[in-house]
Amino acid sequence: MAPKSSPQKPASKSADTKAAAKRKSAKPDISGSPFTLEEDKEAYREMLLIRRFEEKAGQMYGMGLIGGFCHLYIGQEAVIVGLMGAAIKGDQIITGYRDHGHMIACGMDPKGVMAELTGRAGGYSKGKGGSMHMFSAEKNFYGGHGIVGAQVPLGTGLGFANKYRGNNNVAMTFFGDGAANQGQVYESFNMAELWSLPVIFVIENNQYAMGTSVARASAQTNLSKRGVSFNIPGEQVDGMDVCAVRAAGAKAMTWCRAGKGPYILEMMTYRYRGHSMSDPAKYRAKEEVAKMRQEHDPIEQVRVRLLDAGVSEDVLKDIDKDIRAIVADAAAFAQSSPEPDPSELWTDIVAPLTGTGA
Amino acid sequence: MPTNILMPALSPTMEEGTLTKWYVKEGDDVRSGDVIAEIETDKATMEVEAVDEGKIVKLMVAEGTENVKVNEIIAVIAGEGEDANAPAPKAVTPAPEVKTSEPDATRAPAPVAFSVAADPEIPAGTTFKSQTVREALRDAMAEEMRRDEAVFVMGEEVGEYQGAYKVTQGLLDEFGPRRIVDTPITEHGFAGLGVGAAFAGLRPIIEFMTFNFAMQAIDHLINSAAKTRYMSGGQMASPIVFRGPNGPASRVGAQHSQDYASWYAHIPGLIVIAPYSAADAKGLLKAAIRDPNPVIFLENEMLYGKTFDVPELDDHLVPIGKAHVLKEGRDVTLVSHSHGLTYCLDAAAQLAEEGIDAEIIDLRTLRPLDIDTIVASVKKTNRLVTVEETWPVCGIGAEIAAAVQAKAFDYLDAPILRVTQKDVPMPYAANLEKLALPSAADVVEAVKAVCYR
Ligand SMILES: Cc1ncc(C[n+]2csc(CCOP(=O)(O)OP(=O)(O)O)c2C)c(N)n1
Ligand SMILES: [Mg+2]
Repeated sequence: MAPKSSPQKPASKSADTKAAAKRKSAKPDISGSPFTLEEDKEAYREMLLIRRFEEKAGQMYGMGLIGGFCHLYIGQEAVIVGLMGAAIKGDQIITGYRDHGHMIACGMDPKGVMAELTGRAGGYSKGKGGSMHMFSAEKNFYGGHGIVGAQVPLGTGLGFANKYRGNNNVAMTFFGDGAANQGQVYESFNMAELWSLPVIFVIENNQYAMGTSVARASAQTNLSKRGVSFNIPGEQVDGMDVCAVRAAGAKAMTWCRAGKGPYILEMMTYRYRGHSMSDPAKYRAKEEVAKMRQEHDPIEQVRVRLLDAGVSEDVLKDIDKDIRAIVADAAAFAQSSPEPDPSELWTDIVAPLTGTGA
Repeated sequence: MPTNILMPALSPTMEEGTLTKWYVKEGDDVRSGDVIAEIETDKATMEVEAVDEGKIVKLMVAEGTENVKVNEIIAVIAGEGEDANAPAPKAVTPAPEVKTSEPDATRAPAPVAFSVAADPEIPAGTTFKSQTVREALRDAMAEEMRRDEAVFVMGEEVGEYQGAYKVTQGLLDEFGPRRIVDTPITEHGFAGLGVGAAFAGLRPIIEFMTFNFAMQAIDHLINSAAKTRYMSGGQMASPIVFRGPNGPASRVGAQHSQDYASWYAHIPGLIVIAPYSAADAKGLLKAAIRDPNPVIFLENEMLYGKTFDVPELDDHLVPIGKAHVLKEGRDVTLVSHSHGLTYCLDAAAQLAEEGIDAEIIDLRTLRPLDIDTIVASVKKTNRLVTVEETWPVCGIGAEIAAAVQAKAFDYLDAPILRVTQKDVPMPYAANLEKLALPSAADVVEAVKAVCYR
């Protein structure tokens, strides 16, 4: 664990049970818990879908069906699921290469995502982009970027476009604790605040950038303070708790939509798996990972809440089964979808030039 | 139906690994996501997770077994209520062929061999040891650091992690964190910092995890490092080495698969080196570290694990700016560098079977370019094909073609042809990537065209 930051507070058990007891009264709006039973179920479903999808991707990588780099989101599911719970139609999402979870939470079809991972014609980029480079114009998902930090000014540009058009949308710009050290992040912060752009800078602090802990790379380890000299408000959020994430997201979005400029959310989270598939796994203790999994798992937290609220194991099993079916379908599609036609090598490079009539 | 758990691959090039540890035993119940085993290669460790709920009915491979082949069955899991004794299905059909840039061994003859000992720079009687390019590069840095206290290494994951591609393995142990410096992910910053340190008399070796990320820093490589000697009227300079893997790797897509050789070769004030063999990697990196100029040292991930003979000399230096004839031949000159030479060596073997004797030149240094060696060869063979793993437009081949037609126009019996990557961003899909990259077959075809065969 990075020495200076241990922000994940285990959800208080007694508060949980109290909330659960209230929720048994079947009234969806429960003070003490910002999630209704239905919302909890939905969050559980979404997070579990991401997790099972990623497990399958890891397995398919091991079989050689997926090549190159493959960065799994396992452990971080609550961040994107909580934030999407606070978003409205038209809000944009942009992130780095650890992007499968964001795409699924944006409503992109797991089949198309998995088929992109296998490099097949049915993938979102026709197999030409791969795990790190995927997009969906329809779902306002702007990628999928392989260069650490590059998505930050791009996301700021999405926010610029929102302000320019005068729409009410917010650009959610995700990046890691490691990416937070790139200079272009601070150039973006300055412009975003200077021009009051509706951008939420979501720092997914999973404690490590490859093998480098936050404390080994950052002079100021509280990354939510990185906007202080630009006057951008920021806060640390328990990114393993989907309720806390959604609440923080809602607050930040209200701020942005009111025209007050950008907001920084530092999501304290954790990746269970290696950085990519090929990871020496020597920079952190196994016990650290095990402790996170056992004590802070975002999915388990919701599962416990649901059980406490009287939801039966069978109901959860059914959810599980549905998800397995979705993931199995995605995996089957990703293997049966054909490789892209060789002619695709030469498409999508440049559009017809202006004035050529071509 | 029981499910087979197969030995997973950690990278597209991994073929086998060690099953270091089982976390479960036969009879254990596992849930999806439970870690059941640990596997290891020289580069990485990976935990194998159960992908289904069930009972471990059989562990097929004992803990500690080495050389377990990818896709070999390592365990069998039976689901709830399943007959654990029912035969497990045959191994899931593994991936369609995983692409590597290695030649198609089933069809092509073995690449032509070349002898490092034949290099005129190496004294007669020298003994050799077998080393990978990766090890040779590390030794070069270690030897220069022992020789000169001003030399230090800086970059992402170079120290505690032992290098993202393990090139700096062991250096932190020997030289400590003062001289092996792990940086934040901040390429523009530490490249500029390195140039400043060089201004002040230090000898930085700046590692870019790959040259794709040097684009974040390119302003300092060009505006600060390359131009200062000139702008200061010779008072100040930056003796610095920027090194790291360059060019296409395997299946990493457009943003991680670019060859920047011609970009840097364009810049006056820079030295650009791109070695192929381990011997040259070592000798040229040592020379680069001692050189008073800023050097862009382009390595190649696909070559890191390749083994070559490396001379056992106390101080093996290879001169910068000199090409090397890897193989002599009569009929056509092939000019390439770095990983491009693998295509040339494969092609030369195929061409030999058809009675065409190719001369192969390894440029080694791209700026300054050793045009004299190429011209001397063309005067003999009268035909020239250039080979490189980048796009054709404004590439190294274009430069060579311009220089050779100016210096040896009357000796050419055919137009100069270039074999390059296709003029498209690198696709991810295995089949498209293969089509995008140059190949030995492309080289054979170009040679036949210039030989009118
Ligand atoms: C400009 C650049 N430098 C280096 C890399 C190599 N790289 C890829 S991911 C990564 C670590 C990033 O860590 P972080 O921002 O914390 O995100 P996480 O992987 O933890 O999600 C590095 C160094 C890169 N892709 N781009
Ligand atoms: Mg991180």
